[in-house]
Amino acid sequence: MDEGRVSRHRAGAKLWLAGGWLLLALLAAILAPLVAPQDPLAQDLMLERLPPFWIDGAEPGYWLGTDSLGRDLLSRLIFGGRIAFIVAFAAASTACLVGSALGLVAGYFGGWADRVISRIVDVWMAFPPVLFAILLVAVLGTGLSSVVLAIAIIDWTRFCRVIRAEAMGQSRMDYVENARIAGYGRVGIMLREVLPNVVPSIVALLSLEMGIAIIVEAILSFVNLSISTDDPTWGGIIAEGRLSIHQAWWVLVFPLVTLILTVLSFSQFGEALKTRFDPVLW
Amino acid sequence: MSLRAPAKIYMLLQRFLIRLLTMVVTLFGVAVVVFVVIRVAPGDPIAMMLPPGATDADIARLRTLYGLDKTVVQQFFIWLAGVVRGDFGTSISLRQDVLGLVFNRLPATLELAVVALAMAIVLGGTTAVLGARERGTMVETGIDIVSGAALSIPDFLWGLVLILLFGVLVPIFDISGRVSPQLDLPFVTQFYLFESILRLRLDLTFDLLKHMLMPAVALALPLAAIISQLLKQSLKEVLDLDYVVLARVKGFSETQVILREALRNAALPTLTLVGVQFTFLIGGTVIVERLFSYEGLGNMAIDAVINRDLPLIQGIVLVFALLFVLINLTVDMMYALLNPRLRHG
Repeated sequence: MDEGRVSRHRAGAKLWLAGGWLLLALLAAILAPLVAPQDPLAQDLMLERLPPFWIDGAEPGYWLGTDSLGRDLLSRLIFGGRIAFIVAFAAASTACLVGSALGLVAGYFGGWADRVISRIVDVWMAFPPVLFAILLVAVLGTGLSSVVLAIAIIDWTRFCRVIRAEAMGQSRMDYVENARIAGYGRVGIMLREVLPNVVPSIVALLSLEMGIAIIVEAILSFVNLSISTDDPTWGGIIAEGRLSIHQAWWVLVFPLVTLILTVLSFSQFGEALKTRFDPVLW
Repeated sequence: MSLRAPAKIYMLLQRFLIRLLTMVVTLFGVAVVVFVVIRVAPGDPIAMMLPPGATDADIARLRTLYGLDKTVVQQFFIWLAGVVRGDFGTSISLRQDVLGLVFNRLPATLELAVVALAMAIVLGGTTAVLGARERGTMVETGIDIVSGAALSIPDFLWGLVLILLFGVLVPIFDISGRVSPQLDLPFVTQFYLFESILRLRLDLTFDLLKHMLMPAVALALPLAAIISQLLKQSLKEVLDLDYVVLARVKGFSETQVILREALRNAALPTLTLVGVQFTFLIGGTVIVERLFSYEGLGNMAIDAVINRDLPLIQGIVLVFALLFVLINLTVDMMYALLNPRLRHG
């Protein structure tokens, strides 16, 4: 009936809303030195805990107020977006590449390859992910590359499980059999016939994973194990905000809203893209 | 084709033994991974536990004491042999038996996880039944939107939202700790909540719940959303089947039809999923406990990592892993028992 059209219509709205916010946040992060009203690291104890602009006592130029060291919150959020997006893109694409490749091999070839890969996934699934991330960063040392690596090491299984199941389903389809009869090699069929059919799922997962990577980075910053302490990160600002919650609620509220909007956008954007790409609905 | 009872029991037993074997392999894998990962860690745990000015001889003596002078492979098998006997070693930072420390904290985490799970099932189940009854209306759309948001926002962020709402804006719940520190606790076990109910000390139960509610809700919301979505979907499918239509013709109300006829058959796919998701929920306790300064296993785990307390980290991770595989095993067995295709042969 019309259900396909309705969900496509909704997907269109989601795509624009979510995509719009992500584009805005991304542009602000890229152009941070140009758009940030203040130096994100500049401390001024005369300006400590200024409230946001609509509350009495606010200073012009400090739109969202300042933290307990007098640093401008808006500027710190904009600069924190840089690390968030770098982590999102780098960690999610690494996890995607490794996980999808292994999932494709396990699902399409089956047999011992599938057994080995599935056993490793089982082991990975038996770890509490947040604890695993904290442990890995503690081992690898803090820093951007450690955080990216830790997230990729943990979350490749998300891609592997889904793509394995999909590739397994695809490999039983007639068209794969036909391609085999037509004389294509196994690897060729996997890459040219099966892979394009699992791309919509990969795209949706990739977008979802970017949101998850941002959360994990925030959690690591929150327990003080992420990048350096100088660079502003969303999780770092949240950790400060949690401490001064009774004196300056805005230091927690604004990064939290930013994080929620970004994570929601990534997951909705991925879902909407999948609906767009899904040939069944067209 | 019908299976006789002994054949069915044999099948279940076989399935159980295979799963048990896989479980042991998985746990062994976890042990190897943790062991390798933390041995790669830079930073000497021994140096951290000694006061400044300790001599090289002191360091060497302690290295021998903790077995750190042997090769990694030797260390692994010494540790594994201990683990099999129930000896997880001694915590380097707390200087206590690891197993004792873990068992001291595990009940707090289990209570939190079980309360959160119960909340998720009640909340998810209710909204699923409501959404299925009001299918195609604004009510269903509303439930879809709320559960979509609840699902996309992880427990860490829910925790922060709850801290702001009910810790600061309307401070009605405690957002720190497990129990009010001034209270005199008569408990002999670490299962405070459970024991306070048994002892009918409902004042303590109330205080414990007041502390537990916020972290439990943070953990429950994403799971409730998943249960709601999946159960509603299965209910809607079942509601079109002949026997449900028949019940409706017999004059049962829609709610009765759902609760008495549809729910039993729609619950099975949800059950399998709840098992895996429950392990995710337990994984989430690590950061949520930290956020709410709740004295559970996860909070201790983060301290252990920060203090580079190798034996304690190993012990905690292994206990978490054991919990996860046990939950999966239980769900798998429940599924096998309840699945009508296996039940009726």
